[in-house]
Amino acid sequence: MARDTYTEFANTGFGRTLTKNLGLPQPAKLRRHRPGRPLIDGPVVVLGSSEAASALADRLLSWDLDVRRHLGPKEKVAGVVACFDSASSPADLSETVLEIGMLLKQLKPSGRVITVSRDPQGTSDPSVRAARSAVQGLTRSTAHEMRAGGTANGIVLADELDPSAPGVAGALRFLLSGRSAFVSGQFISVDSVNGALPQNWDRPLQGQVAVVTGAARGIGASIARVLHRDGASLILVDIPAAGEQLAAVANEVSGTALQLDITAENAGERILGHARQHHGRLDIVVHNAGITRDKLLANMDESRWNSVIAVNIESQLRMNRAFLASDLFNSDARGAMGPRIISLASTSGIAGNRGQTNYAASKAGVMGMVSATADQLAARHGTINAVAPGFIETEMTAKIPFATREVARRLNSLNQGGLPVDVAETISFLASPQAGGTSGLTLRVCGQNLVGA
Amino acid sequence: MSAQNIRDAVIIGGNRIPFARAHTAYATAGNQDMLTSTLNGLVARFGLQGEQIGTVAAGAVMKHSKNFNLTRESVLGTPLDPKTPAFDVQMACATGMEAIGSMANKIKLGQIDSAIAGGVDSISDAPIVVTDELRGILMEANRAKTLSQRLKALSKIRPAHLAPQAPGVNEPRTGMSMGEHMAITAHAWGITRAEQDELALASHKNLAAAYDRGFFDDLITPFKNVSRDTNMRADSTLEKLGKLSPAFGKDLGAEATMTAANSTALTDGASAVLLGSEEWADQHDLPKLANFIDYEEGAVDFVDGAEGLLMAPAYAAARMLKRNNLSFSDFEYLEIHEAFASTVLAQIKAWESEEFCKNKLGLDSALGTIDRSRLNVNGSSLAAGHPFAATGGRIVASLAKALHGKPGKLGFISVCAAGGQGITAIIEGR
Repeated sequence: MARDTYTEFANTGFGRTLTKNLGLPQPAKLRRHRPGRPLIDGPVVVLGSSEAASALADRLLSWDLDVRRHLGPKEKVAGVVACFDSASSPADLSETVLEIGMLLKQLKPSGRVITVSRDPQGTSDPSVRAARSAVQGLTRSTAHEMRAGGTANGIVLADELDPSAPGVAGALRFLLSGRSAFVSGQFISVDSVNGALPQNWDRPLQGQVAVVTGAARGIGASIARVLHRDGASLILVDIPAAGEQLAAVANEVSGTALQLDITAENAGERILGHARQHHGRLDIVVHNAGITRDKLLANMDESRWNSVIAVNIESQLRMNRAFLASDLFNSDARGAMGPRIISLASTSGIAGNRGQTNYAASKAGVMGMVSATADQLAARHGTINAVAPGFIETEMTAKIPFATREVARRLNSLNQGGLPVDVAETISFLASPQAGGTSGLTLRVCGQNLVGA
Repeated sequence: MSAQNIRDAVIIGGNRIPFARAHTAYATAGNQDMLTSTLNGLVARFGLQGEQIGTVAAGAVMKHSKNFNLTRESVLGTPLDPKTPAFDVQMACATGMEAIGSMANKIKLGQIDSAIAGGVDSISDAPIVVTDELRGILMEANRAKTLSQRLKALSKIRPAHLAPQAPGVNEPRTGMSMGEHMAITAHAWGITRAEQDELALASHKNLAAAYDRGFFDDLITPFKNVSRDTNMRADSTLEKLGKLSPAFGKDLGAEATMTAANSTALTDGASAVLLGSEEWADQHDLPKLANFIDYEEGAVDFVDGAEGLLMAPAYAAARMLKRNNLSFSDFEYLEIHEAFASTVLAQIKAWESEEFCKNKLGLDSALGTIDRSRLNVNGSSLAAGHPFAATGGRIVASLAKALHGKPGKLGFISVCAAGGQGITAIIEGR
């Protein structure tokens, strides 16, 4: 991983003064999750007078947070939860929006602004839909204005959904916590009352069995570590040639190493067989394995195109068919939380990227697959979602030429690259019982990157 | 102990690192590095982190004196529970088989519930011995009480004393290499060059095909960026093999048949096999590939030439088959380790020979023929290489996997060893 020397410098005393005076980006050291530490470091203000506002204030109080409806002029605030769920016209937004504006200057480093609104698609009333859509615009713009590692995100409730549903609490807690350090300008939709709050918030995956593909290094190894920390038992998969690193990761997280090429016809059955033998269950699948074979389309050859499509999307489609056909991957039948699938997409798949037609096609394909598979998972109270990383500091991005890498790092609202652990935290959240209300979503972990990377 | 108290010893699985030709990829890795890495891969494959294993038995043929506790030190380098006992075994090329067989017996007797057995060898990191004269002087200096005594002792060192004694694989009692011994046996049995080359070619083809169908995906963990046995030549042909000149038995002139290609190259590598009782395997949700049924050690008097150096398995097999009331036709697969292609061919000819079986083995008739289509079907030492102590673990894990899903089907193993020794074994699929 390449060192981000600029961020290190900008976080020294002199560096802070210099970058501020020169008007340079000021990347902050982000607050990240540590088990046992407080969820958030300071008061949380809940704005609005809707049904959601009182439900969420109660929820925050149950977590022993310092919850306020108003804040004194000199006080510092760690988070703002602004509820717009009852807005029926754009004019209804102003009071709460202006309150957010006043609180921004009192926000502590790595502060949080979370808007709560209803799904615009849930109504055909032009005024109501306008108000709901407006919340998304104001949230994204607020995210661009956040400073000192702060983020702004939204929770979008399905029409009529009870705001005290576990999925809403799960999304709220994730967005307030350090787990979402590199998530900004994004929306987590909660569509159902499915899901459950964990008995122990530091080990939400206790008792669950997860398989992670591409686990020998980089983001995959980070996912393994975070899922292990959160309580899951792990099956780690990578190609046989990566077996030595895979074994090292497996031994670190007390998992089992399964050397397997996921493009093999029977890869899904092999994983199911391993899970049946060693655990008698399979609850969580993380499709992380992926490759890049970058080339301008004009120079693209058949093998570059086909291998990326085969590894990044065809293999996942084939494995999912096997998983969904298996009784093993139906924890709902055992009375536990439903099964979870999380796929790695990429911001390249959203915005496109020069020289990455194959990669972007495969990752856009992942998002399509995820939205289309949600119904099949819903039948067993499961979920399927995608995570789209932006610029993440890995061995892969360390190979990008210096200047390009430096630009890519600063081209987001947090002025820095994310870490593999940031992607892993989001995946662990989507795998958890408290995320049971969210399915078919692609969640970006990109620091509100302006383009695909 | 009555027979009722004997329980099954189950082969759960194995792991090895790819075998590499000596002085290549693993030149800087020692025995302990390779054995530790192999054990780590085994722990990762079966999720044994923190597990206290009954006993770990392994060893090396070429071993530094500093590695007196090689296996225990290797165990301490893994995530296994440090309360796991371990000891070193050495029986030349049969080290791995002896470790596996004796651990299986401990499990059968109920002394332990689980075991890991295997071996490691590095030709590249072989111990170099100093001359006896130099060693005597150094020991004298070590015993010295005063500086002047020490200097006096050390002053006796002469340049000739400093010449290192290269480690040899020659037989100490005959001064002949294993290859020279085998050349005599091969010649005596009339083993042809063509049949040796055919056996060598089959070894390469079978090994390459096994890799290609993913057979080794759950048997091998890469090491030092090597993911396949480096000795393997998938593109080998009889024509290419035929061009090589003889490497052993040169004094036989035109009748010399053993080349570098139909002899097994010196190799570095390590292997380990996980064994357990049925209950232990079930409690730990581990697979049960095969049962370790029986094994037999043998030795021959080769010093005065009464028998070929590597012919001991021929005798051990006869006793083992009789004890178990079996013949070669009862076996689904046969794994006969080739120190040399001619070793396998000489053994097969001996078992097919009524004269040998009557006179030497004390049988009424020939022991039987070997169905070549069942012999070394997933490759063998000629292609994979033969890091002495690691060969047993390679064979047992591969054969157990091949027999898995074929309950009751039997596998035969034969491994020859230096010093005129050898081991044969039987395992049964489940």
